[in-house]
Amino acid sequence: MTGFRAIAVAIVKGFVRDKMSLFFALVFPLMFLVLFGGIFNFASSPKITMVVVGQVPLFDNLPDGARQAFDDSFEVTRSRDADRAVAEVRKGDADVAVQMRGNTVVAHYTQADQTKAAVTRGTLNAFVDGANQAASGTPPRYRLDAVRVEDQSLKAIQFVTPGLLGWAVAMSAAFGAAATLQGWRNSKLLRRLQLSPVPTRSVVAARVVVTVLVALVQMAIFLGLGLVAFGLQLTGSWWMGVPLLVAGTMAFMSLGLLAGAIAKTQEGAVNLANFFVLPMAFLSGSFFPLDGAPPWLQATSLALPLRHLNDGMLDVLVRGQGPTAAIVPMLILLGFAAVVTLVAVRLFRWED
Amino acid sequence: MSSGNGGPAISVRGLRKAYGDLAAVDDVSFDVATGEFFGILGPNGAGKTTTLEMVEGLRRPDAGDVHLLGEPTWPRNPRLLPRIGVQLQASAFFERLTAREQIHTFAALYGVPPGQADDWLERVGLTDKAGSRTEALSGGQKQRLAIACALVHEPEVVFLDEPTAALDPQARRNLWDLLRSLNEAGRTVVLTTHYMDEAEALCDRVAIMDHGKVLQLDSPSALVRGLDAPVRIFVSPHLVTADDARAVAGVDAVTDDGTSTVLSTRSPSAVLTRLAELNALEGLQVKAATLEDVFLDLTGREYRA
Repeated sequence: MTGFRAIAVAIVKGFVRDKMSLFFALVFPLMFLVLFGGIFNFASSPKITMVVVGQVPLFDNLPDGARQAFDDSFEVTRSRDADRAVAEVRKGDADVAVQMRGNTVVAHYTQADQTKAAVTRGTLNAFVDGANQAASGTPPRYRLDAVRVEDQSLKAIQFVTPGLLGWAVAMSAAFGAAATLQGWRNSKLLRRLQLSPVPTRSVVAARVVVTVLVALVQMAIFLGLGLVAFGLQLTGSWWMGVPLLVAGTMAFMSLGLLAGAIAKTQEGAVNLANFFVLPMAFLSGSFFPLDGAPPWLQATSLALPLRHLNDGMLDVLVRGQGPTAAIVPMLILLGFAAVVTLVAVRLFRWED
Repeated sequence: MSSGNGGPAISVRGLRKAYGDLAAVDDVSFDVATGEFFGILGPNGAGKTTTLEMVEGLRRPDAGDVHLLGEPTWPRNPRLLPRIGVQLQASAFFERLTAREQIHTFAALYGVPPGQADDWLERVGLTDKAGSRTEALSGGQKQRLAIACALVHEPEVVFLDEPTAALDPQARRNLWDLLRSLNEAGRTVVLTTHYMDEAEALCDRVAIMDHGKVLQLDSPSALVRGLDAPVRIFVSPHLVTADDARAVAGVDAVTDDGTSTVLSTRSPSAVLTRLAELNALEGLQVKAATLEDVFLDLTGREYRA
């Protein structure tokens, strides 16, 4: 037990004193979080720009509630020239141009942004229907009671935080395992430890425990910063993210072991780990959603451990899924870890 | 300090290890007595390290067996490990730890209190470097730290794999004093080296290895004596010409190496007496045969470390 603790403390000190690994484990992914969080928050839900040509009495006589909704949705500029207004829409300077022809509201809109187009049509339809109904003088028979549910398409920070956290953990777990295995083999420290009375399992356990601790610190920092600075909202069973992250750490450590077993130098091992992790991060949706990716790519990504970590983390951290949503990803990650570790053990050679 | 059964501290029988077609260790046998300072000497690639690592129990022999303190070393024998201390060829340290943290870590692996570790740091003269990271230590300091880490748990048998390799002569001499003191404390010490003078200066007995085989095994003086090589006496040609030299009784051969007249003899005391009578002692040098000559005699080629 003292052997386990001594080795764990030695690894922690070595990690904390290594500026490069600290940077790549914490600072680098956090830079991405700040960057992505900042960009996407700025771009989220802008108003629809509307050019009103001449007088549109429908808009001028809105009841209070509708007025509020109208102002929230549209940013209005006025124009006298219908042709010029439509030209503005065509150029993309405005989203919709509206004019009255008799009792008809004519809206020229662009399909460039389908969401905005749909919102424009729907909202304008609702205003016209409302005005028609008011003009008829009878009270409405039906009314809409809108209840908000968690959307599959998440606010940027909700999506970015779990993905970048997964990437950060993948990096530090794989790099740590690769550098330790290769470096300790090269310096003969592994041999030296073999000749001490400390059992091999204590040496392995020390490395695993330190890597898991680093992953949990990464999680605390990511979620903490997301909550405090970027309006991240965690849903009910977010705590299931902890065991899920531990399972993910095992999977990426096994990749690092594989890199460390194959590579001839410590730099080579870290580079090889990077070669595994960086493409995987892109293909697993760490940086942007895979929704728009072609089906074959989405199918391929299911072979990658990070994809399952990311999916599971999204489910329990921000999508409001129950704790059981993490079970299947955890099993996949642990299975991956077991298989890859076995392969690494088979490929491991004491001598270069 | 005893092996507990009165037998030798180390007993090696018929040890073999091959890598592909290359026989790295080829039928090696030897015993090391308790308290002995034992050297394995040979050029690089002779099989010294492979032999040592099989004796330590790090490597599985293809054939043969090793008993260390009366117990087999393979497979890994956890009861034996606290009784042996090992310094490996490379500097096997944890990354980015200070000298003190390194030895405290190794001490903890053996359940040794930190105070005892600090004592060892002082014994190898590294107290003032205790706060320096190992990466910043000189080669000699690293070796001394590695030796301290190997000895922190007071083992009965110590293995040192080329502890003075890549050190400058001054640092080598300093380390010799430390190595002697380890043996004088009653420990069995096994050392590999490719330095002839080191083996001569330190070891009670030396096994000379080449191409995976032990060519000869004895004390350095017995090895040299067994060679029956002549002593060479170098004198100034101004004092003694080659013809003068040939007239000296007991001289077997005379050569001129360009700067000295060289007299080869098997009765050096008679020859030196005669040279003193000739008043030819100024600048005189006597070179006895060394292990290098033994190696040359055994292999028919010059020794190249």
